[in-house]
Amino acid sequence: MKNNLILYIGILIFGIAAPFVFPAFKVQLSILCVLIVLATTWNIQGGEMGYNSFGNILFYGLGMYLCASVQVGMFFPLAEWTESGGEKTFVHTPAQFFQGMAVGLIVAAVVPTIVAGLIGYSILGLRGHYFAICTLGLGVAAGEISGGIEIIGAGQGFTTPPFPDVGSLDSRGEFFYFLSFFVLVLTFVTVRAIYTTRFKLILNAIRDNEDKAEAMGIETMKYKIIGWMISAFFCGLAGGIMGGLVGYIDSTDVAFDGREMGVFMVLMAILGGKGTLWGPIIGATVFHIFKEGFWTFFLGWQYVALGVLIVVIVIYFPEGIMGWLREKYPERFGEVVDEKDRKAQVELK
Amino acid sequence: MDFMVFQYPMISVQACLDGILLGILFALIAYGMALQWGVMNIINIAQGDLVILGGYIAYFMYLYGIHPAWGVIVAPVIMYFVGIAIYKLVINKVVDRDLFISILATFGISILFMQLMNFAFGADVVLANSDYGTTMLFNNNVVLPNSKIFSAFISILFAICLVIYMKKSKLGRAIRATAQNARAAKILGVDTEKVYAATFGINAALCGVAGALISITFTIHPYMGLPYTIRSFMIVIVAGLGNLPGVAMSGMGLGVFEEFADYILGTEFRIGSVFLLLVLILIYRRFKLSRKREYLK
Repeated sequence: MKNNLILYIGILIFGIAAPFVFPAFKVQLSILCVLIVLATTWNIQGGEMGYNSFGNILFYGLGMYLCASVQVGMFFPLAEWTESGGEKTFVHTPAQFFQGMAVGLIVAAVVPTIVAGLIGYSILGLRGHYFAICTLGLGVAAGEISGGIEIIGAGQGFTTPPFPDVGSLDSRGEFFYFLSFFVLVLTFVTVRAIYTTRFKLILNAIRDNEDKAEAMGIETMKYKIIGWMISAFFCGLAGGIMGGLVGYIDSTDVAFDGREMGVFMVLMAILGGKGTLWGPIIGATVFHIFKEGFWTFFLGWQYVALGVLIVVIVIYFPEGIMGWLREKYPERFGEVVDEKDRKAQVELK
Repeated sequence: MDFMVFQYPMISVQACLDGILLGILFALIAYGMALQWGVMNIINIAQGDLVILGGYIAYFMYLYGIHPAWGVIVAPVIMYFVGIAIYKLVINKVVDRDLFISILATFGISILFMQLMNFAFGADVVLANSDYGTTMLFNNNVVLPNSKIFSAFISILFAICLVIYMKKSKLGRAIRATAQNARAAKILGVDTEKVYAATFGINAALCGVAGALISITFTIHPYMGLPYTIRSFMIVIVAGLGNLPGVAMSGMGLGVFEEFADYILGTEFRIGSVFLLLVLILIYRRFKLSRKREYLK
């Protein structure tokens, strides 16, 4: 426990110092924070609850559009803004920008949560691959439909308000880095707190055998919906930040990007190890470093590499890094190992 | 929103006929999906990309001056071996694993194919022109391209051939036995590994035929695969596994639905409406099943 405290403080200090130590990587670090948030929250229902969703991208994209729309719509007419395509006819003052961002982020977090609660009852009743395909369809449908709505830019995209001039030049990177880092810390603290309660045990019971859990008197549907709502809350928040960070929202390439972000979050959680607290964090970090390296060296071939990577990870490495560590050093995970028994099993193989 | 389709009955007739001819093609793809789902218990997200790949084979024949209709014979042969290669490389490692693993693995294959096709053939929307002309019906009010009628005819022909093959041939019987009980089939001397490979190959070949027909009738594009996967998945869950007339009927129903959605909502919402329909069907199915579960209580 004492070890862990030192670890947490170390990470916190590193997180706060990071943008000053690596000033060139501020945007990358912010994206990393967002990726970790997405992987961690995917893990809540993908890893702990056993409901493998491709549809969390729905909440992410929804949050992105909502945050930007609120930020613009609070001060200027939204339709004219999207029509002008980000021309400098409307300029946010710093106060307007930050106010809009704050309200926008709150809306971006709350509305997806409500949406998750509303659709949760119908969709979380699906099991196994039906759930996976249904959520996949949901994400793509959202992308296709939002690409046809005029007021949020339709096919030509939506430019989010540019960061206002507040003195120093680098403040944009720092602002978004600390915002995303704050959300990351918030997510981690919440998820860690959740994982120590009975709620996590219920989620695991649902994963292991839902019918039995129901027979034991657990209202599984209620907990499934709550789990999904928690995911949606942080996904929406992450989406809102990412929208401001990228500066441009397109329905199928940025917001509801099931082909990229929607698969990334699943892949990161699996790479790190499903159903562990640290797995998604490690997975996201490794994945992001790997991806950035790949994207620079294999420019143009990145999606080919991504496809191969998915297949390789899923087939040869489904337990993830944490699973592999657990296999290798079970003692560190608090498991008591009977050496004799272990040897006997190895011999049997 | 545009309700012209209800004011002019001929437009409805046009949409219905178009939809039925389109739906027969969907049903062919869905048949392949049902086959591998039933036999190997795998949902292949890359199904649509196999279709598009088959389409590009026909398109290339067209580019080199061969009539694209020959693609109907060439594409399945090539796609059969592509299917076997995919099976040997990836699918045989996920067959008896968790379903989600197979979904994710085939999703990876889908992304891979999408990008490779994008590199190889470019990101343009293409079609192989067959020069078949059109048929006018009902006082020239309804226009049907002959290529659509041709593709529906070929699809039905292939489906019938496959049904007979499944019923009569040795491999067909082995496939059906494996679908019923893989373990028992293995005990009785069926080489299930070979059966799985053949099933996946046949599925890919069917996709190849459908793709060649789609490239003649409609257009193809490297990124258009996923909607075909979703359509075939939807048809299979509506019809149920192993229900061939049901697959044909629900395929046609989906085709008609799409044409009407196209007229009423506009073309930009066409794909979106397909995906929404999938979500609605799954939700409907979930409530129907939960009612059944309550009876059991």
